[in-house]
Amino acid sequence: MAVMNNVEAVRATLYDAMKADDRTLILGEDVGARGNVFLISKDFINEFGPDRVIDTPIAEASIVGIAVGMAMEGLRPIAEIQFADFIYPAFNQIVGEAAKTRYRSNGEYTCPLVIRTPYGGGVRGALSHSVSIEALFYHVPGLKIVAPSFPADVKGLLNAAIDDPDPVLFLEHKKTYRLIKGEVPEGHYTIPLGKADVKKAGTQLTVVSYGLYVHWALDAANQLESEGHSVEVIDLRSIRPMDKTTILESVRKTRKLLIIHEDNKFGGIGAEISAMVAEEALFDLDAPIRRLCAPDVPAMGYAEPLEHEYMSSPALMADAMREMVKF
Amino acid sequence: MATTITMPQLGETVTEGTVERWLKQPGDAVEKYEAFVEVSTDKVNSEVPSPVTGTIKELLVQEGTTVPTGTPIAVIEDVTAAGGSAPASSTAPPATADAMAESANAEPVPGFNIPQTSPKPASSNGHAAPSVGTPAEALRGVSPAVRRLAREHSVDIRSVTGTGTNGRVTAQDVVTAASMGPAAAVAQSIAVGTNFGAAAPPPVAAPRTGQTSYGNPVPGTTIPLTTSRRIIAERMVESKHNAPHAWSMVEVDVSNVWKWRAREKDRFEAETGYKLTLLPFFIRAVVESIASYPLMNAKFVPEGIYVNKDVNIGIAIGLATNLVVPVIKNADKLSIKGLAIAAGDLIDRARKNKLSADDVRDGTFTVNNNGANGSWASAPIINAGQAGIVTMETVVKKPVVVADDAIAIRHMMNSCLSLDHRVVDGYVASGFLADLKKRLEAMGPTGTL
Repeated sequence: MAVMNNVEAVRATLYDAMKADDRTLILGEDVGARGNVFLISKDFINEFGPDRVIDTPIAEASIVGIAVGMAMEGLRPIAEIQFADFIYPAFNQIVGEAAKTRYRSNGEYTCPLVIRTPYGGGVRGALSHSVSIEALFYHVPGLKIVAPSFPADVKGLLNAAIDDPDPVLFLEHKKTYRLIKGEVPEGHYTIPLGKADVKKAGTQLTVVSYGLYVHWALDAANQLESEGHSVEVIDLRSIRPMDKTTILESVRKTRKLLIIHEDNKFGGIGAEISAMVAEEALFDLDAPIRRLCAPDVPAMGYAEPLEHEYMSSPALMADAMREMVKF
Repeated sequence: MATTITMPQLGETVTEGTVERWLKQPGDAVEKYEAFVEVSTDKVNSEVPSPVTGTIKELLVQEGTTVPTGTPIAVIEDVTAAGGSAPASSTAPPATADAMAESANAEPVPGFNIPQTSPKPASSNGHAAPSVGTPAEALRGVSPAVRRLAREHSVDIRSVTGTGTNGRVTAQDVVTAASMGPAAAVAQSIAVGTNFGAAAPPPVAAPRTGQTSYGNPVPGTTIPLTTSRRIIAERMVESKHNAPHAWSMVEVDVSNVWKWRAREKDRFEAETGYKLTLLPFFIRAVVESIASYPLMNAKFVPEGIYVNKDVNIGIAIGLATNLVVPVIKNADKLSIKGLAIAAGDLIDRARKNKLSADDVRDGTFTVNNNGANGSWASAPIINAGQAGIVTMETVVKKPVVVADDAIAIRHMMNSCLSLDHRVVDGYVASGFLADLKKRLEAMGPTGTL
């Protein structure tokens, strides 16, 4: 198996998808001649041509709107929003059009569309290169949201997203892009959408996270292990559909739940997971559910102390885990 | 500060309660935890402890009045807020008073009766309420998992030493206590409490100590009566006092029923999820005998002897800390299979403390399966308001003389009857027992359940 970072895993998967199916195409800002700002589609335009690697104007509503039409008429567009921070103009095309196509047409049309976008902070990206957008789209039935954080998961889930007959929002944490490396199996494979993965088994506490924070949570859980505590870490991988089974199985075992995400706490992914666990497993809980999330401030500041204040850290995660294990 | 006391919800399905007796009058001083009112519901009678130390300011409900749970019934002027001299021992800060009021009104933890004179009703029945009290108080709360596990394992949370933050009892503590059994749990609490060290093996026969309770009877102490223990005591005295008990016993050859049951039991359990015991066969014979002897299904009332229309068979079920007698309604209308399912369901729920008030009401005759632990004969006390109670004693293989003076090995069971001699005489009672014996011996070894 080849060792790749997350950029290389996305690039390899997109390349294979373009090779395998003529209907597949990529559109977005700077995806062609520039080869994407992270060089994910570097040289694609030379091999697949400008009809399948389309440089668009800086107009996100158009990128997604055009892609929705392509998808409805039988193509397999992979639209790219250069940074998740800029996805808002396309909100109507994603929520109002893509997510509702199947329902509105009574199943006559589907919208097999993938929207890829880098998100997340910790890279001194300031207000418009750091946001987490998942909660804004989480509420929308008809939309799947995926946020893998390991290269092997990136490949399997991106393949599943491309194969899926309905729209998938594919979130790539930009700090993990070159930071996280891992072995990636050869050949085409998929990982089911909506299936979480227990990255570390444990008995005293369930930690649910996704994105960059899975890696930090694993660091913290390993720290706890060296102190004699056993913490289970679940990587959601798919944010929606939510893998209730894996979460509940774990919580019923450990009886304690800590949810960690980079996005704001209020109305976030953790709120829905908390509510689900409270509804389904209240009498298995031996401690209040806890959420470790970003503070309720409008954005991650550029100044380093502000970014640190907004982001969590393995040390803060370890503190929360320690308190809950001992509770 | 005035604290308003509301009608507590004394049980999961209870929606109203009756003020039986005010133990305090306006102007009377009341100590925190002191009982100040006696409340009854169709399930339990209970004294309600005051959540605060203070003076009774107002009684809002007359004795004998029934009001919905949550209705204000009294106002107590909190002594600290009233500016009076606070007792040196304990004064309740307002936050705690609120927490206590909430706790007193909270639904009791199923499986844990409200102690009449508990020194710590808050910590025994209270729950983590982040909105009241300090964080430290909330940490002492009993989590849902702890409640559930304690109920399932019949562990008294108060007897468990907590190893969590601030001494909180954790789910693991309950599991550990349950796996060690009551005596060992106490030993464990000694070990933890006095730092004997976790590695030290628990003493085999550790002296019982700590909080005395029915599950942990400490010698030299008086166990405060739980409501259910007090009701059991009252009912037993009432029955023994009012109903002149007479007693009789027959020996029944249950070999054929035994074979029938053995043939059906695996299939039955696979089909219904309930174990097929001898009980439904026995109840079936009892209800058939009652049809022949309706006086056994009667009760003594001031006007005469009331013969019940319905045949509702109570099943006595012994639990660790009390006794319950859930009732199979219209048992004469059920097949053996129907009886087995009805009994299985009631027994399941009795063990999980999930019986409703309806489940334990309106019994007209009682069956006591006393043989499970090897009892060979017993003289049960009649359930007050019924004419009799019949037992199933242990089934033993015995050499018996059968037809033509041959000796055979048969499955034999004694069945004992206590009867209210005001309702029936020996003539009816022995006729009933003989009929019951005949019916049981005629059952099986094949048939339709």
